[in-house]
Amino acid sequence: MLILFLKTALLFGVLLTAIAYVVWVERRVLGVMQARLGPNRVGFGILATLPVVGRLFRFTKETRLFGLGQPIADGLKLFTKEGIEPAGVDPWTYRLAPILGLLPVFLGFAVVPIGPDVPVLGRIVTTQIADLPVGVIYLLAVGSLGSYSVVLAGWSSNSKFSFLGGLRAAAQMISYELPMGIAILTVVMLTGTLSLREIVAAQGDIWNLFRFPPFLILAFVISTICAVAEANRAPFDLPEAESELVGGFHTEYSGMKFALFFLAEYAHIFLGGSILAVLFLGGWNIPFIGTLAKVLPVLLNPWVYWILGVLSFALKVFAYVFFCIWLRATLPRFRYDQLMNFTWKVLTPLAAFNLLAVAVLGKLL
Amino acid sequence: MNQAAVEKNTVRRHSGEPSEGRSGGAFPAERIEIVSEEGAGGRKTMYLQMGPQHPSTHGVLKLELELDGETIERVVPRVGYLHRCAEKLGERDRYVQAIPHTDRMDYVASMTQNLALCEAVEALLGLEIPLRARLLRVLLCELQRIASHMVWLGTHALDLGAMSPILYCFRDREEIQDLFEEACGARLTYSYIRIGGFYTPPSPRFFSWCREVLNRLPEKIDSYEALLTENPIFIRRLKGVGYISAEDAIAYGLSGPVLRGSGVARDIRVDEPYAAYDQIRPRVITRDEGDCYARFLVRMEEMRESVRLCREALEALEAAEPGPYLAENDLVVPPPKEDIYQDMAAMIRHWIIAIHGFKVPEGEVYRAVETPRGELGVFVSSDGSGRPFRLHYRSPCFVSLGALERMAKGGMLSDLVAIIGSIDVVLGEVDR
Repeated sequence: MLILFLKTALLFGVLLTAIAYVVWVERRVLGVMQARLGPNRVGFGILATLPVVGRLFRFTKETRLFGLGQPIADGLKLFTKEGIEPAGVDPWTYRLAPILGLLPVFLGFAVVPIGPDVPVLGRIVTTQIADLPVGVIYLLAVGSLGSYSVVLAGWSSNSKFSFLGGLRAAAQMISYELPMGIAILTVVMLTGTLSLREIVAAQGDIWNLFRFPPFLILAFVISTICAVAEANRAPFDLPEAESELVGGFHTEYSGMKFALFFLAEYAHIFLGGSILAVLFLGGWNIPFIGTLAKVLPVLLNPWVYWILGVLSFALKVFAYVFFCIWLRATLPRFRYDQLMNFTWKVLTPLAAFNLLAVAVLGKLL
Repeated sequence: MNQAAVEKNTVRRHSGEPSEGRSGGAFPAERIEIVSEEGAGGRKTMYLQMGPQHPSTHGVLKLELELDGETIERVVPRVGYLHRCAEKLGERDRYVQAIPHTDRMDYVASMTQNLALCEAVEALLGLEIPLRARLLRVLLCELQRIASHMVWLGTHALDLGAMSPILYCFRDREEIQDLFEEACGARLTYSYIRIGGFYTPPSPRFFSWCREVLNRLPEKIDSYEALLTENPIFIRRLKGVGYISAEDAIAYGLSGPVLRGSGVARDIRVDEPYAAYDQIRPRVITRDEGDCYARFLVRMEEMRESVRLCREALEALEAAEPGPYLAENDLVVPPPKEDIYQDMAAMIRHWIIAIHGFKVPEGEVYRAVETPRGELGVFVSSDGSGRPFRLHYRSPCFVSLGALERMAKGGMLSDLVAIIGSIDVVLGEVDR
C-alpha cells in the first residue's frame, strides 16, 4: 500500500515536471527550427545566493541556464492570475471542464509500465502503478474521456468560437479513436494479451514494430497519426485553431483553468508517446541488451538494468514528443471536413485491412 | 444587464435562437438583416461576429457571418475601424504633406503608395522626372513588392496553421527593410519618393548592398516554396477554395494578383506604364484556376519576377550617368540644402515652397500604380492652389473585400480565413 502510494506520488511529480519542461523544450526547439532563440532569459539567479554551491559553480545573478527557469515563471504567472469567468457561462460545467481534461490523462498513466521490475528490500517492485489485465481497453476508455472536457468547455463558455471548437473536438476525438483502436488491435492480436506489462514482456526479442513488415509499421504509422490527432496537435489542432476560432474551446479560459488545459494537452502528448512506445517500440526493452551484457555483465544488475530500461522508455517517448514539435513547426492545419474524410475514408479502412492482413499472416506463419 | 437578462440570453443562445441584444446596440437587425431564424432552405443558422479583434482578420476587419454549422451562408465585411481620414487630411495639407498619409495607408508597401500620389501630382504638373529617378522608383517599388509579398506569405501560411514561414519571411524581409533604411533612413513609413523625384539620393553603398540582397533572394523564395508549394495539406486547403471566375473578377473590379489569378492579364505596369516601366517591362503572370492556390502561385512567381526587374533596374541605374534624383523645376522642387544656407534666392525659393507649397495647375487627374495588392488609383482635383481641392484613393483591397462573399459563400469557416489571406488585405489601405 505504501509502495503504491509512493509510486503514484513519484509518477505524478515526475510527470508534472516533465510536462512543464517539455513546454520549455518545445519552445526552444521551435525557436531553433524557426531561426529564433526561444525563451532563454529566465534563469536561476537565485542560485547565486546559495552559500557554498553558488561559489562552487560560479553562479551569478546572470545565471540563466538556457532559460530553464521559464516553466517555473510561467507556472507561477498562471497560478496567480485571476480566473475570469465571462458573463453567462454555465458555472459548474465551466469549472469542471479543465479538471476533466487533465484527470483522464493521469489516470491513463496508471497502467503504463515505465521500467523493469526492481528488488527493493527483498521485494520485487514493478515500475507500474497497476497492471490491469485489460490495460489496453482501459487506456482507450480513459483516453476518450478527454473529449468530454473539450466539449463541455466549448459548450459552457457561452462563446460561439468556443462552441465551434468544442464541436470540432468532439467529432475529431471520437473519429480518431476508431482507427487507433483498430491499429492497436493488431498488436493485441499478435501478443494475445490486453495487459500492457505482458505486451512489453513479449517484445524482449523483437519489437512489435518489426514483426510482419510492413504491416505493423503501417499500424504504427496509423496509431501515431491518431495519437497526434487525439492530443489536438498540429496539423490536427482544429479544436483550438487560433487563426479561425481564436482559441477554440479554451478561448474564454484564463489563469489556472487555462493552465489545466495546457497541461492536459502536453500530458496527452506524453500519454500518446507512452502508448506507442509500449505497444510498438518495445516499451522499456533495451535493444541488443543481450549482446551487450556478454561484454559488460554489469548491465544485468537489476538496478542498472532498471535505470537503462527507464531511460530507454523515456527516450522513445521523447522521440515522439520531438516528432510532435517538428510537425508543428512544419505543417499547415487540415480543414475540418478534410480531417473527417481522412480518418473515415483513409485511416479507418486502412487500419481494418491491415488488421485483416495481420490476422491472415499470423494464422499462416 | 441584470442577472435575469444574462440567464435569459444564455438560454436563448444555447437553444440556437437569436438573442435580443442584437436588435439594439452594435448590430441593428434592420440594417444588417443577417440574422434569420430560418436560413436558406429553412435551416437555422448562426450569427458569428468575426473581428474586429480576431487573430486572422489581418488587423481590424470585422466580418459578420451567417453560418450553417461551419458552412458560410453570408459574409458582410464591416470596414472603417482604421479610418484615419487620409483623403481629407491630404486636402487640408499641401501636396508634399499628403505623402506621409499615403505611407500609412498600405503600411506594408509604403513605397508604392508614395509613388501613386507623386505620379498623379507630377502628371498634373507636367514634370519631367530624370531617368535615374524613375529607375530608382522601379527598383524600390519592386523591392517593396517582394517585401510585401513576404509579409503576405507569412501571414497567409500562419492563417492556414503553418507557423514557421512567417518567421522566415520576416527574417528575410528585414534585409529589404535594412536596405530601405540605408536608402532613406526609414524602415516602414518611408515618404522617400517626393513630387519630382527623391528627397535625397541613396548612399553609394546602397547599390552594392542591393545587389547582394538580390543575389540572396531567389534562394530564399525557393526555400519558402520547398516548405509550402508541394505540401499536400497546403494544396488541399487552397485548391478550389475561394473560386472567382474571370468575368466575376472583372465585374467586381478586382485587380492585382487576385485578378491575375483568375486568368485576366491586367497589370498597370504593362498596360499603363509609369515610372520606368516602359523600359523595364515586367512579365504579366496569370493563372487560370481562379482559386486561392492560383493566387498563391501568382504571388510566388511575382516575387521571382520582381527580383529580375530589380536586377534590370539596378543595372540600368549603374549604367545611367550620375546626377540628381530630382526634377529640375525651380517652382516645385526645393533647392539643395547647401544652397539654402548660402544663396539668398535659393532660401527665398525654399521659403515659398515650404510655406505656401507649389501651385498645381487647375485640372483633374487619375493615375494608378500596381501595388503588391493591385491597382491603387489616385484622383487629384486641383483648383490651382497649393493644396489639392479633392484627393481620392481607389484602394485595391477595399474593392477586393466586396467580392469576399462571392468567394467565400458555401465554403467553410476555415476557407474564409484562407480567402482573406489570399486577398492579402491590409486594413490601413481598406479604411484609409
